[in-house]
This record gives sequence, C-alpha cells and structure tokens, in this order.
Amino acid sequence: MSEITKFSLTEIVNNIKNKSVSCEEVINAYINRINRSKKLNCYIERNFEEAISKAKKLDKNSDKSKKLFGAPIAVKDLFCTKNLQTTASSKILRGFKPQYESTVTSNLWNQDAILLGKLNCDEFAMGSSNETSFFGNVINPYRIKSNLVPGGSSGGCSSAVAADLTVSTVGTDTGGSIRQPASFTGIVGLKPTYGRCSRWGIVAFASSLDQAGPMTKNVKDAALMLEVISGYDEKDSTSSKKNSENFLNNLSKNIKGIKIGIPKEYVVDGMSSEIQKLWEKGIEICKSLGCEIKNISLPHTKYALPTYYIIAPAEASSNLARYDGVRYGFRSNGKDLIEMYENTRAEGFGQEVKRRILIGTYVLSSGYYDAYYLKAQRVRNMIKKDFDNAYKEVDAILTPTTPSSAFEIGEKTNDPISMYLNDVFTVPANLAGLPGISIPAGYDKNNLPLGLQLIGKQFDEQKVLNISYALESEIKFKSSVKDWWINE
Amino acid sequence: MPITKDTVKKISRLARISTNSKFEEEMIKDLNSIIKFVDQLNELNIDNIEPLSSVVNEDVTLRDDKIQKINFKDDILKNSPENNENYYVVPKVIE
Repeated sequence: MSEITKFSLTEIVNNIKNKSVSCEEVINAYINRINRSKKLNCYIERNFEEAISKAKKLDKNSDKSKKLFGAPIAVKDLFCTKNLQTTASSKILRGFKPQYESTVTSNLWNQDAILLGKLNCDEFAMGSSNETSFFGNVINPYRIKSNLVPGGSSGGCSSAVAADLTVSTVGTDTGGSIRQPASFTGIVGLKPTYGRCSRWGIVAFASSLDQAGPMTKNVKDAALMLEVISGYDEKDSTSSKKNSENFLNNLSKNIKGIKIGIPKEYVVDGMSSEIQKLWEKGIEICKSLGCEIKNISLPHTKYALPTYYIIAPAEASSNLARYDGVRYGFRSNGKDLIEMYENTRAEGFGQEVKRRILIGTYVLSSGYYDAYYLKAQRVRNMIKKDFDNAYKEVDAILTPTTPSSAFEIGEKTNDPISMYLNDVFTVPANLAGLPGISIPAGYDKNNLPLGLQLIGKQFDEQKVLNISYALESEIKFKSSVKDWWINE
Repeated sequence: MPITKDTVKKISRLARISTNSKFEEEMIKDLNSIIKFVDQLNELNIDNIEPLSSVVNEDVTLRDDKIQKINFKDDILKNSPENNENYYVVPKVIE
C-alpha cells in the first residue's frame, strides 16, 4: 500500500486511468498513511468519508477522461470548501462552514480530483514557519536532531507533499508562502502571475498580493495543476481574461537561447556559502543547456521587505475587519457591542495577526498615510520598474529561494524581523505581480533541502516551467525523507 | 520610539482589539522595531514616482448586475454564534 503514495500526480492519474489501481485503493492508501502521520500535524480537517464515497463513485464511472481523475488532494485551510470547516488556522473562524466553494478548489473537483482534507498553515497566512497556527506548528519531515519548521505560511501543504500525505496541493503566496516552504521541504512550489488564478473564496490576507498556486512533487505536476486551477473568473475582478494554457503538453526541456538574469543584489549578508554554491551550480547547468547568462541589477531589492511590511499589514488590517464575532466563528462576551468586538478580536486572533493588524492600522491612520502607505506604494512602483528594466535584457531571473535552510521550531519566534527576513528573495515577485517558482536543487551539510527560484515575466509561466523542467532533469534531486514519524 | 503606550492604545481601539498592560508592552517593543525596519524607505528619493496600487494591466470590468436566485439564508445564519429568526443577535445597542 505504501508505494501508492510515492507516485507523482501525473503517475497516479495515469495508473488509475489504465486501471492498474482503483480510486478507492488510492484513497485508502492515503488515509492509512495520514492516520499514521499525526505527529507532523499537517491535517486540521479530515474529509475521509466523503473522499471514500467519491472514490467508489468514480470507480464506477466509465468516463475517466478528466485531468485529475481520482487524484487525492488536500488543500490549504485558506480555501473555502463547501460544508467543510474553513478556519485559516485561526481561532476566530472556529466552526465556520462556508456555503460556497472557492473557484480554485472548484476547478480541482471539476476535474474529478478528490478532497482529502484541509491543511494547517500560519494563521491567516501570516508567518514563515507555520508556528502562528492556532492548531499548533507543523513539523518538517526533514530533521536534524530536533524538529524543524516546514516553512510558511503553506507549511501544512509543504510538509504533506514531502511526506506523501497528499499527491499535490494548492497553497497561497502573498510574500513567499508557497515558495519558501517548498524550498524547506524539497518540493516544487509555484506562485503564478497575479491575476492568473481567481482569488474568489480564498480567505483574504493582502488582496493586491495574494495568489494561489500549486505545490507538487515535480515540475510536470505543477504544470498540470496550474493548467487546472488558472483562468478567468467573473467573481474576481482582478483575475485575468487570459485563458488557461496547456502548460503540461507544452512543457519542454529545450531552453537553448533563453536569457537568464543573475541579480547582484540577491547576494545578502548571512547567506551561507552552500547556498551561493548551489546558485552557481544552477547557473552552470543553465549555461550547459545553452542559456545565455547575464548579470543584472535590481537596485531596489533591499527595499522590497520594508515595502511589503507596510502594504501587506495595511491591506490585512482592512480585510480582517470583517471578523467581528457576529456573522461567523468565535465570539467572546462584552457588556456592549464595541466591547464584544474588542474582546472577540483580542481572544480570537493570535499575536502575529494582532501585530500586523496594528501595524496596518497605524500606517493607514490619519497623519501617517502619506508617510508610510503612500510612500510604500511609490517604492513598490520602483521595484516593479527594476523588473521591467531587467526584462528588456533577459527572459527570466535565477536566484536562491531562501537565505537559509529550514530552522528549528522556536528559533525565530521572539524576533519578528528575523522571521520576516526569510522572505527576502520571494517578496519582490509578489510586489511586482510576477510568476515565481521554487524547485529543489540540493542539500546543505545537514542534509536539509535547498531551493532555487526562477522569476519570470508576467504571464510567462510556461517559460518558467520549462527552465525548471530542464533544471530538474539535470539536478536529479531525490527526496531523502525517512518515515521517522510514522505511528504503526 | 514613535510608538508609545498611548499610540498602542489608540490604534488598538481603532482596530477594535482590547488590550492589557502585558500586550501593550509587547506591542510597544515589536511595533517600534517594525517601524524602524520600514523606515529604511526614508533613504529613497520618491519625488515624481507614482504610487502603484495594483499590478493588473488589464481593464478591471464589472460583471453584469443580474439577479441570481439563491437562498442560503438559513445556512448562512447557521454560521453565526447567535441568531434569532432572520436576525443576528448582538449585545444591546440602544438603551
């Protein structure tokens, strides 16, 4: 049974279609493994009964043509799932059962994928280590002596894919929340262009930055997932009118002549020599495959994080105003309406969420709007222009995904800034609305995975996927996860 | 230190989050360190740079305002901590 969960998404769908395995066998193999993997704390909501009954139904189906036929998929708990509790890993949404399904997840089920359950994340996707979840931190399947964080905010997603607890998943990425955890767990994570996937039905964090995307075992799976989840949605006015593309069929390892930029500003203090070497290895592989390498400059890179930590909290403070204890979720007591709101929000939100709401409220408050929020929007424009200029010369940009490998639980919780620095290489793509992917590229001296990131032009996911596909087949990264957590 | 105890109290009120002295102390420390971090932007000359509020290049269009017959009323109310008939129940507002 355990081999079933080793298959990739494209393999499992093919195996089901050619009848070498049934949907029910696949679902049962996953459920069995998930039940023995509670230590990792990936799942915060299970949909097993429904999943088994859908699998049985699909097995009787003569039409097996859908793209994700029978694929068992759990999703980040930021996606609203009809009648299944959706909390964004926050106490304040405890018990909330949406009456609608997010567009991205609807697209999965329309292709006959099966919902396994909901995956843990940082509360409202605010965090880089999955330690801010109300449901406790997720554990990385890779470890040294002590347990490590899986990255965040899509930490339940990254850990679940790396530990074979879902064949693929969808996460969300506001400042690196798909790519950084993918890098920490040796998997592929793709943040599409802003507008490529509908945000409808996703619990909102920072609406001008949020984007859903696939987290998978390999690049082929990411291409297939992206092709299923993307496309115009009239329910999200910022979703692009562009149609989804045949990302999987158009996948090609021929990247000869593609111009790849290496930004000098991505060499930062404290970055290990191992990461520097890995980056150089990536450059050498690109060269050997016929790419043209160009040194480029993105001069305002160091201002991306400070810009992000004004814009994202500002938008969050506005988006999270809806949690008032009246319409859904948790409610505390109060002698009047205002006191009830204040106590509900004080008890319902965790520390990091409150910190960001307060920063956001401060930078938007009277007298500070111009000095902070408006200024950050101007710098955001400068950061976007850096990329526009760079893309006059190159087709894509290659960088490390993160300045370090996975760290220990608790290591950075006392210093918000040191936690924020995790996203130094991923945040710029969000601010500029560009597609970015992290692919596993090697191990550090402690045998922990490290990722390389490719950033593309707007809506040029195909090229980003192609370069990743070519790199992947040269790098030949092998998962070295050992099942140390399994409960027999 | 631009953020004092009074600032924390004021913005917590605006954000409808009740505070206590422990929370206020933590926030004075954390928010000041975040503000110091974001103040790096003061190094830049931003004259003549337009603010960028959205990276969407396409026209943002509204969908047709068509009536759809859906009735989730009971299901939606079921999600509320307290409701009565067709109403959400909240602490008394009018004396």
